[in-house]
Amino acid sequence: MNEKNLKKKSLEYRKTILEIIFQSGAGHTGGSLSCIDILNVLYNSVMDISPKNFPNLDRDHFIQSKGHSVEALFTVLCDCGFYSKKDLNTLNQFNSHFIGHPTKKVPGIEHNTGALGHGLSVAVGLAICKKIDQKNNKVFSLLGDGELSEGSVWEACTTASKYNLDNLIVIVDRNDLQITGKTEDVNPIEPIDKKFKSFGFETISTNGNNISDLLYVFQHVPVKENKPTVIIAKTTKGSGVSFIENQINWHHKVPSKDEYESAISELNEKLNSYE
Amino acid sequence: MNKIGKPNLEVFSETLLKEARKNKNIIVVTSDSRGSGKLVPFGKELPNQIIEVGIAEQNLVGVSSGLAAGGKIVFGVSPASFLTARALEQIKNDVAYSDLNVSLIGISAGISYGQLGSTHHSIHDFATLRAINNMTIVAPADNFEAAEVIKQAISYNHPLYIRYGKKPMMDIHPPGTKFKIGKSIVVKKGEDLTIVATGETLQRAYLASEILKKSNIYCSIISMHTIKPFDKETFIEFSQNSKAILTVEEHSIFGGLGECCASLIAQNNINVKLKILGIPDEYMINGSQADVLDHYDMSPEKIAEISKDLLNK
Repeated sequence: MNEKNLKKKSLEYRKTILEIIFQSGAGHTGGSLSCIDILNVLYNSVMDISPKNFPNLDRDHFIQSKGHSVEALFTVLCDCGFYSKKDLNTLNQFNSHFIGHPTKKVPGIEHNTGALGHGLSVAVGLAICKKIDQKNNKVFSLLGDGELSEGSVWEACTTASKYNLDNLIVIVDRNDLQITGKTEDVNPIEPIDKKFKSFGFETISTNGNNISDLLYVFQHVPVKENKPTVIIAKTTKGSGVSFIENQINWHHKVPSKDEYESAISELNEKLNSYE
Repeated sequence: MNKIGKPNLEVFSETLLKEARKNKNIIVVTSDSRGSGKLVPFGKELPNQIIEVGIAEQNLVGVSSGLAAGGKIVFGVSPASFLTARALEQIKNDVAYSDLNVSLIGISAGISYGQLGSTHHSIHDFATLRAINNMTIVAPADNFEAAEVIKQAISYNHPLYIRYGKKPMMDIHPPGTKFKIGKSIVVKKGEDLTIVATGETLQRAYLASEILKKSNIYCSIISMHTIKPFDKETFIEFSQNSKAILTVEEHSIFGGLGECCASLIAQNNINVKLKILGIPDEYMINGSQADVLDHYDMSPEKIAEISKDLLNK
């Protein structure tokens, strides 16, 4: 997909994220908006995953370890044809499979996540599996920055390095904020790149809300043979909607009607500039 | 007299090696537990079918889940104490909730570690795992059960937890016995009381029944190797037709075999006496597995004595 269309998709996706959170009355607005460009590029330009090949394991894999940003993932999977918008609109309703974290009951979801610090080990297991089976597919995993305080993340890193998992691409959604405040105030995690490097990873930093930068970076991974790669994607929490950006209280705040309408009109204006 | 066999753990590793030779999809994951899991021969013969993650139980369970998600038949092997406590959340979310084909092997389970103390004991594993949806829990008693459960685990296709001790176990079951996960084995039938045991306490219950026979007291002995899903049908049938029920387990008296039986008796309006033997809620006494079980009334002699008390004999 060309860059212009991806950029338009990112805006449309933002509208859908806000719509489903507004309609269902719950969701992780800030984190979904910060990682949506990453998911957009992954699903529409990078990964070999589609509704058609999903039942077959001979494809790429995606584990969203920061499960709470599920509204972004649900939005992209819906657009990729894994299910209808009607199904997605059941988000948070009684007995719906579309709940506040990814579950395999929803088509296209690879693994049940939500408790932080779990996804990377699972991705490592999948990547080892690909190596055993001598398949060339890649395994991608999206982690939050606050999530890096979980010790199990670093356990997984040691194994990724030991098994030379150059088929493992980790993306850190570095939006600088977590539920309590700034990550560096809550529990400092910098220097992230040096930490991953010392655990045997190749690291790249990029602007995680810039489609062209993301396209460029994903074309150049893995960075080195026999080494797992981490992309530290610098993002803005709440990216794309001026009054939501960088606001701690938008971690899982639901927009009011006025806020929702104002956000949509801001996004529509940006969309119109592409016409 | 029944023959003393091997440690169940050895039977586990020998059986798994035999199966893994035939099935390259079988992968073992260890957390520096290759030696204690008796998997050194496995590692030597099938180095491409063993993944070592170091002393990192959470990672062991997560990596096992990923391998299973990729289509492997996975055996995650780690000391039961660390596996089922430290990595409990990974078991809950990555294995059980995600419904993956992972058999978690809790080695040196119960109080097998003896004098190494409470950090190394797993007398909580039945209780914690019973409360997790989609977990199957098996505690094999003798070498036969220890081998059969592994053969069945390969095609089980769902989360499974199997705990193994490390002392040689007496052969209880005669040739031709049928083993099925979820279906208990009636070792013997007697009209007076029923002793229900699981895992390595079965041999103690069995020996107690031999003592009782000398006093003309006849026991039924049930090997309740599967703690979940529980074989309610067999248990209810025996509790309706026995004068008393005695349960014996190498586990806390809270949340294990005994309380499961108590719940079934109460909820099915069965009028039968019940006594639960297990590890009480106290700072556990120090000793070998055998000494500690004896101390907490689980010697064959004490089980026989308590049985007589239950029957007022």
